[in-house]
Amino acid sequence: MTASLSILWRSLPLILLAAAWEIAARSGLVSQYLLPPFSDVMATLASMASGDLYYHLMRSIWRGGLAFAGAVVFGVAAGVMIAWYLPVRIVLNPILRCLYPMPKVALIPLIIIWLGIGDASKIALIFIGCLVPIVMSAYNGARGVDHTLLWTARSMGATEGQVLREVVVPAALPDILSGIRIALALAFILMVAAELVISNDGIGYLIDVLGESGDYSGMFAGVVAISAVGFAADRACVALSRRLLAWRE
Amino acid sequence: MSGVESVNAADTATAGAGIAVSGVVHQYRPPRGRPVLALDNITFEVKDREFVAVLGPSGCGKSTLLYLIGGFMPLQGGSIVVNGRTVAAPGPDRGIVFQNFALFPWKTVKQNVLYGLEKQGLPKDERLQRAQHYIDMVELAGFEDNFPSQLSGGMKQRVAIARTLATQPNTLLMDEPFGALDAQTRTIMQEELLAIWQRSPMTVLFITHDVREAVLLADRVAVMTARPGRIKDIIDTRLPRAPIHDLMRMPEYIDKVEYIWGLVKEEAIAAGAGGRA
Repeated sequence: MTASLSILWRSLPLILLAAAWEIAARSGLVSQYLLPPFSDVMATLASMASGDLYYHLMRSIWRGGLAFAGAVVFGVAAGVMIAWYLPVRIVLNPILRCLYPMPKVALIPLIIIWLGIGDASKIALIFIGCLVPIVMSAYNGARGVDHTLLWTARSMGATEGQVLREVVVPAALPDILSGIRIALALAFILMVAAELVISNDGIGYLIDVLGESGDYSGMFAGVVAISAVGFAADRACVALSRRLLAWRE
Repeated sequence: MSGVESVNAADTATAGAGIAVSGVVHQYRPPRGRPVLALDNITFEVKDREFVAVLGPSGCGKSTLLYLIGGFMPLQGGSIVVNGRTVAAPGPDRGIVFQNFALFPWKTVKQNVLYGLEKQGLPKDERLQRAQHYIDMVELAGFEDNFPSQLSGGMKQRVAIARTLATQPNTLLMDEPFGALDAQTRTIMQEELLAIWQRSPMTVLFITHDVREAVLLADRVAVMTARPGRIKDIIDTRLPRAPIHDLMRMPEYIDKVEYIWGLVKEEAIAAGAGGRA
């Protein structure tokens, strides 16, 4: 009871925003072409949900999920290796430093030339984009591990591999998880951006096509749908982090 | 062991057991500037099952000395032999306890204590049994499933001591283990450590900057000079076996503390003046 009340209370600004949206569109304050009423968008969303929307959303989630999962695995491994082994650091650090400030969307035309307009180019783009914050956070976390923890493990007979897996990675986990959360948001940005530029399917493609054909409430429904998925993914990420870091409290 | 017997068992030392440090030199290289000589020709011995405290002003390199004996840092000069073997790397024969506890914060009390036992490859039943034995010994029964963040400083250090003792090292290296605790907790922990050591003596090297702690616990106290660290003197501080609050009223104790404090004070002043040239 109190829990649901608190959820209601926290989502009050969103409810007010939806109400303002509805009133602005219905009262004619804003043209309904530019801003279809919230209720229309919701109705369109409901009617599309099981058909096109579901299909395109799943295509996007599949691409994004695969690329993101790959970036987590490779990013954590690379970040720890860069922190741990000087030769790896010498080779990968300059590349990472160049990649960090680069606007990854600028790579879209290039990657399309290389990999075509299908899944491969989107997956590659999202993978590269997500890799950067994960590598950086794993690197920072791994470098900051208290040396007495490493020494304790070594004095108890842990091998270097065990020290990495059993001490460095768990010690770096708080940093790694915050990097993962940033990467998750980036994954959505890059996914939709790549699909908007050129694609055969996916939620970005759907939004683009509906907008061009003048179905504005459908277009808004696509935006609302992908935003909701993004929101849910972020909350899931936060919940998972809390669980994994329960030892901190 | 009866009370008539000597507090330490150094008399029964077997050949090669204990710690032998000879001619150890260590330079610290700051990221910028010239190398600093931290340890200068350190030579001393800890006999088998003897409790030796190393006392010195901060920055004298006493912790560095301990880390070298632990095998955590490469030896630059001299030699260190523990239990007849030249130290080359860390090993489970030398258990270590740090001032900052160094508990794995993502592991519970029990998981922390189990870690070293897993590394030793003991069967699961034996691991659990032994972990519980040492958790009980440090009076943490009921806290097995707590994370370190849920414990007080004194409790954390007890976990760290249990974790190290559980691996049954024959040499215990302690780096100012009670330095981060409040005065009351420190006294209790000193008493417990002494009781544990008296029940099952092992070779202990105990780093501290607390003169009273050194005299209370150790058979011998090695006093180090301000940087570069040298052994200034080694004083026999064996006291009769008694509770700490009785020990602290004994004239022998008071005399030793006063004498050693005199030695340490000169060095502390030297350290405060920026060390020696």
